[in-house]
Amino acid sequence: MSDQAPKMKDEDTLSITVEFTGGLEMLFSNERKHSLSIPIRNEDGTRTNMAALVDYLCQNLMKDPRKDLFILDGTVRPGILVLINDADWELEGEDKYEIESGDNILFVSTLHGG
Amino acid sequence: MAPACETCKANPAQIVRPKDRSKLCTECFFSVFEAEIHHTITSNALFHRGEKIAIGASGGKDSTVLASVLKTLDERHDYGVELILLSIDEGIKGYRDDSLMTVKRNAKQYEMPLTIVGYDELYGWTMDQVVEQVGKKGNCTYCGVFRRQALDRGAARLGVRHVVTGHNADDVAETVLMNLLRGDLPRLSRSTSIVTSTPSAASTDPNSHSNIKRSKPLKYAYEKEIVLYAHHKRLDYFTTECIYSPEAFRGSARALIKNLERLRPSAILDVVRSGEDMAKLVPGSDEGCGGACSSAVPAAEEEEGGCGSANGRTAGGEMANLEQQLVQGDVATEHDLEVEITLKTVASQGTNDVNGNGNGNSNGKLAHVAQSSNARKVRKNKGGQAFIPRKTPKQVMGQCRICGYLSSQDVCKACVLLEGLNKSRPKNNIEIGYEPEDSEVQGITNGVKQVHVKGD
Repeated sequence: MSDQAPKMKDEDTLSITVEFTGGLEMLFSNERKHSLSIPIRNEDGTRTNMAALVDYLCQNLMKDPRKDLFILDGTVRPGILVLINDADWELEGEDKYEIESGDNILFVSTLHGG
Repeated sequence: MAPACETCKANPAQIVRPKDRSKLCTECFFSVFEAEIHHTITSNALFHRGEKIAIGASGGKDSTVLASVLKTLDERHDYGVELILLSIDEGIKGYRDDSLMTVKRNAKQYEMPLTIVGYDELYGWTMDQVVEQVGKKGNCTYCGVFRRQALDRGAARLGVRHVVTGHNADDVAETVLMNLLRGDLPRLSRSTSIVTSTPSAASTDPNSHSNIKRSKPLKYAYEKEIVLYAHHKRLDYFTTECIYSPEAFRGSARALIKNLERLRPSAILDVVRSGEDMAKLVPGSDEGCGGACSSAVPAAEEEEGGCGSANGRTAGGEMANLEQQLVQGDVATEHDLEVEITLKTVASQGTNDVNGNGNGNSNGKLAHVAQSSNARKVRKNKGGQAFIPRKTPKQVMGQCRICGYLSSQDVCKACVLLEGLNKSRPKNNIEIGYEPEDSEVQGITNGVKQVHVKGD
């Protein structure tokens, strides 16, 4: 089961763009756009999906300690919209969507004032 | 792969509408979103031809979408209204100064004239100074009370009688919940109204700032859809949370609403509708009277609601409701009286218990606990008025003795708050005034006009 991922090679990674807006950029070093290379498979060998990405972002990209402003009960906090290539992630299977190379994932907070 | 749009069947769907879970492409989403706002405007007769309308613009998503949609709709349906932007500068460094830049760009993009009115010129206090004075807790009260008047005053200056704001369905649902949690039914009733206007009877002066109509064309629009509209239309809006707001009570109501939405997306509109329906049950409420009796409730101290006059969501039955309401008015008052008596008794008995219980009073525990918790509720009701029984206020409208703003009290809430602020001002002023080296401090002294410093 746990096939410890050794050094990453190019074919083992996915190049994606992750964007944060609506105030979320505040939690990610005030950068709106991040180009990332993420492992194509999880440690258990399954394809990296949105749930794994969100976890990855929390572990690796988010410097802010207030994780609960981004995730709540193991998933993206209610009030944060997730768009996968500009489509609502609800159309793509939410957590279970398997990420493709070149994907653009956008997180928009609606929690901020208007 | 995304399914096809349910409306045009051609493009891939990109949006799931929260209200009915329909899956739409962006183009079909734009048209249905705009059509629904057009429907809100026409079915409630919000605008009339020739009217000059100020859009309360913060640079945030809601007011930016509102400005964009109103411009689109006015061109499409020829409302024949004149749209202008009105912004309030609360004086919050690192928040409002940035968002005002956005509003200035919006003014160019939408070709609308822009006016900015500052708290400092209206009240002599910026919010930065208020927070310096009162701390972060409770400062939202000041900001809210000041803002309402500020929009009215700004509008009056421009000779505009109608201000539209970007309040959306989530905001209204939040406000309904907040008022429910506070037990403030009269305000709940007013906050659900789509149109709130301060009655013209209060002032005969056409330039008075007490006579401005407010409406919320986005009242039935989900925040999610507003954000998506702004995103897919590539609108230029500003997103940074007010640096003072995280402690606000509203935040909890907001989180609750968003959690409900996750479980059942229609919950937001359902709460709005429940609010409207509950509003009709409040004695003395204007909900359902179509504005004819709007003078019954004053609006001056409203955070955002104001005295109601809405034609609610339902078209028919409103007038019938009013009649019923008038008949039932006395019954309701009687019912209120019953509550009063109960509360009064409990409160007077409970007073000692509140203290006694804290020390672990073991006698008659159950009864005492029940009583004291009741007493606490009553106490919490409104600071000093702890033992004045709750009653649906039958306030008489008047004008503030100091500023002339519409108020049920002798002095309006803004002036009361200002008085409190000004009382303690000189002391602070001296302290701050003599420390010129820090740039932050410098900013504050500059704003303070330094009258007191020199006077002392």
